[in-house]
Amino acid sequence: MNISVLQFPGSNCDQDAFQLFASGLGLPTRFVWHKEKRLVDTDLVVVPGGFAYGDYLRCGAIARFSPIMGAVREHAERGGLVLGICNGFQILCEAGLLPGALIRNSSLEYRCITCDLAVEDAGVAFNTRTVGRRVRMPIGHGEGNFRIDEAGLERLETNRQILLRYVDNPNGSLRSIAGIRNEEGNVFGMMPHPDRCFERFHPSRDGVKVARAVLSKRFPEILKESAA
Amino acid sequence: MKIKVFVTPKKNVLDPQGVAVGHALESLGLLGLRSTRVGKVIELELDGGDSPQFRAQLDKLCRDLLSNPVIEDYHCEITGG
Repeated sequence: MNISVLQFPGSNCDQDAFQLFASGLGLPTRFVWHKEKRLVDTDLVVVPGGFAYGDYLRCGAIARFSPIMGAVREHAERGGLVLGICNGFQILCEAGLLPGALIRNSSLEYRCITCDLAVEDAGVAFNTRTVGRRVRMPIGHGEGNFRIDEAGLERLETNRQILLRYVDNPNGSLRSIAGIRNEEGNVFGMMPHPDRCFERFHPSRDGVKVARAVLSKRFPEILKESAA
Repeated sequence: MKIKVFVTPKKNVLDPQGVAVGHALESLGLLGLRSTRVGKVIELELDGGDSPQFRAQLDKLCRDLLSNPVIEDYHCEITGG
């Protein structure tokens, strides 16, 4: 399985995301510049964290119109896997590939801490059995306050689209939501950084479990490797 | 013609920035403040005149790029059309 990590002007977790999949999971991983119009032989697209286009206008608002995003949309519509981390989550929401939006933290502070997260039962691919009941992952964002209208929120709950909730809500997110998936279950977005917790010197190694769970939707065998 | 696009947080969406600015206004002695909302203004100048087709195009650009309908409202003021 092949991983493509997108790079926008202003991405700054592209190297981290690359290392998570290349060294943390040992998978063939490549970078794809945002000006590209095609994804070559890709099973998972990772939209990394950072400040794409300087977060001008709104976080992710300009990045969603980058040439590569057309290919990402087609990939997602074909059922291909997509993972947005932090700014990547914001970009996927702006692009309409995930519901809702992320606004300024209620504290107005940029929060840079390691969070305890409760793993939700979000269906076959992402649940407490594949990830564990709790994970610990770093966050670093000023706009992680998840917002959606009442009807949309109920849809997320009923369809079990919520992946992770903060144990101690750092940003004012509705129902402490830290990560969600789309209804079909192939597009994932989260504010916490699995790409900042997979090395020995990181605060945890839970990023590997989270990344494996995302891939397990299409590649169930990857979970066996984690047991080994 | 000149166009001003006003983008504001939706009424039912929390505006943390507005709340903070409101607190500061109160601390400076403003009485009776009911609500503070912080938005942005985008100013455009372009050649050509106003028309229904142009309004439709502008409306789409406002929805797709200049505002995010999940969290924001917008309205436009056109002058010199």
